[in-house]
Amino acid sequence: MSEPVEHEPEHEPERGQSSLTPAVPEDAHRLADGQWHRLHPATPLLRGGIALIAVIGVIIVNARDFIVERLVGAENGYDPIELLLRMGWLIPAVLIALLILILSVVGFYLSWRMHTFRITEELVEVRSGILFRTNRRGRLDRIQGINISRPIFARLFGAAKLEVNVAGQDANVELAYLGSSGADGLRRTILQLASGTRNVEAAAGASTSAISREAGEPTGLFEKRVNELFAPELGPNVAPPESIVRIRIPRLIGSMLLSEAMVIAVLVTIGLIVMITVTGEFAWLFAFLPGVLGLAGYLVSRLTKSLQYSIASTPDGIRVGYGLLSTTNETLPPGRIHAVEVSQPLLWRLAGWWEIKINTASQASNGQVAKTTLLPVGDLADVHRVLQLIMPSLADDNSRELLECGLAAGAHDDAYITSPQRAAILRWFSWRRNGFVLISDAVALRKGAIWRSLVLVPQARMQSVSMSEGPILRRMRLAELRVHTVAGPIAATIGAMDRGDTIRFFNEVSHAAVLSATADTSHRWRSGGDQSYPSGDSKDVDLRRDDNWGDL
Amino acid sequence: MTERLDLPDVEWRGVSRKYTIVEAVGYLIIGIVLTIGTSIPSFVSGIQWLAAIPISLGIIFVINIALTPRRVRAIGYMLREDDLVFRRGLMFRRVVAVPYGRMQLVDINRGPLDRAVGLSELKFVTAAASTGVVIPGLSEQDAEELRDTLVALAESRRAGL
Repeated sequence: MSEPVEHEPEHEPERGQSSLTPAVPEDAHRLADGQWHRLHPATPLLRGGIALIAVIGVIIVNARDFIVERLVGAENGYDPIELLLRMGWLIPAVLIALLILILSVVGFYLSWRMHTFRITEELVEVRSGILFRTNRRGRLDRIQGINISRPIFARLFGAAKLEVNVAGQDANVELAYLGSSGADGLRRTILQLASGTRNVEAAAGASTSAISREAGEPTGLFEKRVNELFAPELGPNVAPPESIVRIRIPRLIGSMLLSEAMVIAVLVTIGLIVMITVTGEFAWLFAFLPGVLGLAGYLVSRLTKSLQYSIASTPDGIRVGYGLLSTTNETLPPGRIHAVEVSQPLLWRLAGWWEIKINTASQASNGQVAKTTLLPVGDLADVHRVLQLIMPSLADDNSRELLECGLAAGAHDDAYITSPQRAAILRWFSWRRNGFVLISDAVALRKGAIWRSLVLVPQARMQSVSMSEGPILRRMRLAELRVHTVAGPIAATIGAMDRGDTIRFFNEVSHAAVLSATADTSHRWRSGGDQSYPSGDSKDVDLRRDDNWGDL
Repeated sequence: MTERLDLPDVEWRGVSRKYTIVEAVGYLIIGIVLTIGTSIPSFVSGIQWLAAIPISLGIIFVINIALTPRRVRAIGYMLREDDLVFRRGLMFRRVVAVPYGRMQLVDINRGPLDRAVGLSELKFVTAAASTGVVIPGLSEQDAEELRDTLVALAESRRAGL
């Protein structure tokens, strides 16, 4: 054990913090006071205690059977307890079972006792483990996103998991689990601490929390749970109630039916039927079982990602939420999106639907659905709304027109610089569409005639730019351009462009990137220019000021 | 043969000619090992045409080694006002521009061959894995100077934010 827990969470003194952030709900405010706190009491249960309950349940059911049979007088030689009794091992067996039970309960309790976290103005820190202690600190000014997820069991207990993501592979500080209502407030507090200003927010927060109080808080515990369970993912007091995109069920089902995976599934099914009728062997069914399971898994994960989908703008960034039973919603502060790809699977063109994916600096690796799909399916209007939200600088008419050109079929006379005709050998269908342009402060790469896509990289986020050629491209006086961003599903590469155009564009992009990076202020997204940190430690202030953490 | 992909108004700083030795010796070692390794089946089995593999490998490596001086001359870098540009490759040419402010860290590596001729390799790392700016063939002093310059430039670009 490294340090003792300074305070019990239940009777935490308020210590004059209220003068600093009067607006944040009591609960969240209390959790973010820089002291060590424990997680939700139901945590051990939610983190694996469910299995324990199941085991106890099995034992109880067995014991009940045994007792009933004793009373009725029926004999069942194969009952485990009966068997133990006959061999005279009942007492030791019961003792061992009890011992295991007590040990695991104590273990779970201890792990809950030892699992503490604190949130200061600078960092979020988690300590956990009984024998093997771990301690993880994340700096608040490095936040790439905050994710609140509520698995269905956790929701029943009114608990939520809060994840603070920083840049890097599997670099998240996880607070599992917290009280459901506290989690939302805590997220707001953390974002507020991270954004660099608190006075402005305090005023804004005061009005919203006042509204939420007026709305009338449910009194009974049960009532509260029920309300939480049926409340929309974006509570009215934490975000503007309107999601800018609604995915209706018919569209969702349509998008899945028209997906390439579904086409393959249909083809495989036809093949299977042919096989069975020709050979008369039903064993073929089993050969395809893994494939069917894989497809089902894919479709289910797609479906859960799209049900009750919502995307909305908040002062602290974009909030994306989804899920019907287990819900997740993530806040991405401004300037945390490194690349955007708007793409259209072939069959979706019939319906005019598009998908939006993003690259972010934090990558989840613990078996979670990758949080890279921003818009699972939407029409052109939805796409424009989402793009405006994530890249506000593209809102003017000129940019909008360029974006429309970027998504349209290969128009030949727009601002995009496209591949020359000699590139048609390499880009059979798409050479008229294949092109690049600078839209406001983003690099746009338009690719593909059959599988259309448009890649946008904000210049303020791009890491570097390269151009390259191989022997074939060189003979054809062509070149390839690549904009480097953090790792993710999107590779901003465009090939088969004229060499002269590529060199000119390379120069343009590399100059613009420097300018944008210098002008970028999204790392302190809510500081209205005036930087006054109340912290007395001058070194800390300097550190924060120099940090370009949005700069990744 | 047409001209190569290049930036028109950049005066490239080349790397040390001694790097040719490092490259050539490196290729020579790999070439010898691979050629001998692939010729074993032909010797053991006595099948004549299997010898084609080591022979063609040997030819490829000889050509490669012969081209090494030109390849080393093709490596260039330049510190522009706000970014570092880097170029390398003869057949497969690549030109990269990295703004100084994007620097996450700078590595200096020295392999055994590098050490024998007193050279270092400088690696400029950004948050994007694909940036891939590795400047080989710098003298140890140059490499350290360049590193310090890059760090200072990155710092100043940050302060300007």
